Amino acid sequence: MSYRKKETTTVVSQEMISEGIFDLRVKTAAASDCVPGQFVGVFPPSDAHILMRPISICDADPDGQILRMVYRIAGEGTKGISKLKAGDEVKLLSVLGNGFPLETAKDKKVAVFGGGIGIPPMLYTSEKLQGISKETEIYLGYRNSDTFLADEFKPCGTVNIVSEDGSIGYKGNVLDAIRERNYRPEVIYACGPMPMLRAIKIFAEETGALAYISLEERMACGVGACLGCVCKTVHKDAHSHVNNTRICTEGPVFDAREVEI
Amino acid sequence: MDTKVTIAGVELKNPVMTASGTFGSGMEYSDFVDINRLGAIVTKGVANVPWSGNPTPRVTETPSGMLNAIGLQNPGVDVFIERDLEFLKQFDTPVIVNVCGHTVEEYLEVVERLADTNASLLEINVSCPNVKQGAIAFGQKTEALFDITKRIKAVARQPIIMKLSPNVTDIAEMARAAEAAGADAVSLINTITGMKIDINRRKFVLANKTGGLSGPAIRPVAVRMVYQCANAVKIPVIGMGGIATYEDALEFIMAGATAVSVGAVNFANPYATVEIIEGIEKYLQDTGTQSVKELIGCVR
Ligand SMILES: Cc1cc2nc3c(=O)[nH]c(=O)nc-3n(C[C@H](O)[C@H](O)[C@H](O)COP(=O)(O)OP(=O)(O)OC[C@H]3O[C@@H](n4cnc5c(N)ncnc54)[C@H](O)[C@@H]3O)c2cc1C
Ligand SMILES: Cc1cc2nc3c(=O)[nH]c(=O)nc-3n(C[C@H](O)[C@H](O)[C@H](O)COP(=O)(O)O)c2cc1C
Ligand code: FES
Repeated sequence: MSYRKKETTTVVSQEMISEGIFDLRVKTAAASDCVPGQFVGVFPPSDAHILMRPISICDADPDGQILRMVYRIAGEGTKGISKLKAGDEVKLLSVLGNGFPLETAKDKKVAVFGGGIGIPPMLYTSEKLQGISKETEIYLGYRNSDTFLADEFKPCGTVNIVSEDGSIGYKGNVLDAIRERNYRPEVIYACGPMPMLRAIKIFAEETGALAYISLEERMACGVGACLGCVCKTVHKDAHSHVNNTRICTEGPVFDAREVEI
Repeated sequence: MDTKVTIAGVELKNPVMTASGTFGSGMEYSDFVDINRLGAIVTKGVANVPWSGNPTPRVTETPSGMLNAIGLQNPGVDVFIERDLEFLKQFDTPVIVNVCGHTVEEYLEVVERLADTNASLLEINVSCPNVKQGAIAFGQKTEALFDITKRIKAVARQPIIMKLSPNVTDIAEMARAAEAAGADAVSLINTITGMKIDINRRKFVLANKTGGLSGPAIRPVAVRMVYQCANAVKIPVIGMGGIATYEDALEFIMAGATAVSVGAVNFANPYATVEIIEGIEKYLQDTGTQSVKELIGCVR
């Protein structure tokens, strides 16, 4: 078991990097004890919010002990978090979830997919794939030409930008782009909206690639106690003994073949 | 200074326990709290066979609280005995097993399977608002509650705690029915049925439409109900509903609770139970109170 605590951390910086999208950096020792695909529970500043907000780790700097999260304002909780300034305190429940199995990519052709607000965790993932995979192609799906974070992926592989409205890069979705490029990955890592993940599951089945997808569900405890965050599974789950698995604990990353989405 | 309390002959080192369904079987929170510090651990509801529970979303936040409609997902009593009860054997903390079922027969089957285990007490959940059949149906009519209590009491090897629903007109009447049927204690409150609507999607937030409200939002309702029940029956009352601090716990104890459970607040603060125990110890010391027992029902 890795880093597991609720702690009060200090905000190092926070800035809006795109309309409604924030880049939050906090000081915590968790930065040296986490892997890509894991997430943290960020508590909104007001005590009226009793539940943490699950936010993926976008990047971690073990030397500076800085954990970076990039998130979109979705409601009251994230709105409260977005008001935090450098020096403010923020409570975190960390580190949660399993993370992407990167060893599987050893000497393999890899595709990384990120869609919308599913892009942030794929940055840390792409960084860590360097030196493991044989080749990495990165597909980032945006709504329009507001391509937050895209530049930061450049050192990690071939970056393919895709926009729904065609205003930049490939037009359509990330699957349209990979088909157009005729790239055949052996291993896939993905986070994004459910329709994208469903399409990736099918793409992987068709091409024989191994696909690891990161899922979302509403959470209460984040540690596997409340059974709030489950996803249907193909096989009986070892913990629950029914066809349900806890996204916060057995996930959020699953082999696409194992889950029914 | 003495923090010990007794429920149906079972001594607890302090009056603070976990609320069923919010602490798993302790495994998930043992990274945060020393289970040995707890007065007792109350496990997630368990049925005779595995239950899959409700579709998702199952949880959502509400002001100072949350709604849940887990639907009593559980691995069934056989796995529970082999894995969860086995895990809990390593601690010097009494285990209270929360039992659920769709029919009286299902409850009886679980109770009988637990007879020779390390469960010290059984808490009978007749108050879960999130399953369609059974469960709460037994907890909303005095005759039904009396009947199921009597039938479980007849076969149970351990003392039984009937867990009462707040979704009734008169909870004191329910406590009296449980006592009359032979219950060794009552615990309250289970969650209050609620609903949340997503106005943008024009849909219910929870797949189950309704869910049970818990957390600090329900605390004053719970304190009032504990007071009413404690004044209606002689058996011990276990109080819960939104307890977050030792001050909250003492409110319940002064209203008449012999012990208290911490539920949804574990999610907000995984250290809550131990902090509450330490707070009560300090309160006793600071106020020169010999025993926590002196505080039980001291406000009349
Ligand atoms: C494992 C995981 C990783 C995530 N990573 C990121 C990320 O890196 N960046 C980002 O912008 N968002 C991420 N999300 C989504 C993020 O958690 C929600 O947008 C956020 O909780 C919304 O909170 P709110 O109070 O602003 O919204 P409200 O809608 O007001 O929230 C009400 C309640 O619903 C929950 N909730 C609402 N939407 C979601 C959702 N999509 N997923 C889970 N719970 C939700 C909230 O936590 C809260 O308890 C992630 C979700 C999960 C499960
Ligand atoms: C996620 C969740 C799961 C619960 N599961 C159970 C259960 O299995 N059996 C039961 O008797 N009560 C269950 N409860 C009710 C709690 O034990 C408790 O009675 C209620 O939540 C009020 O306390 P609180 O406000 O401190 O949470 C559950 C509550 C929550 C929030
Ligand atoms: S959020 Fe509680 S089990 Fe996953």
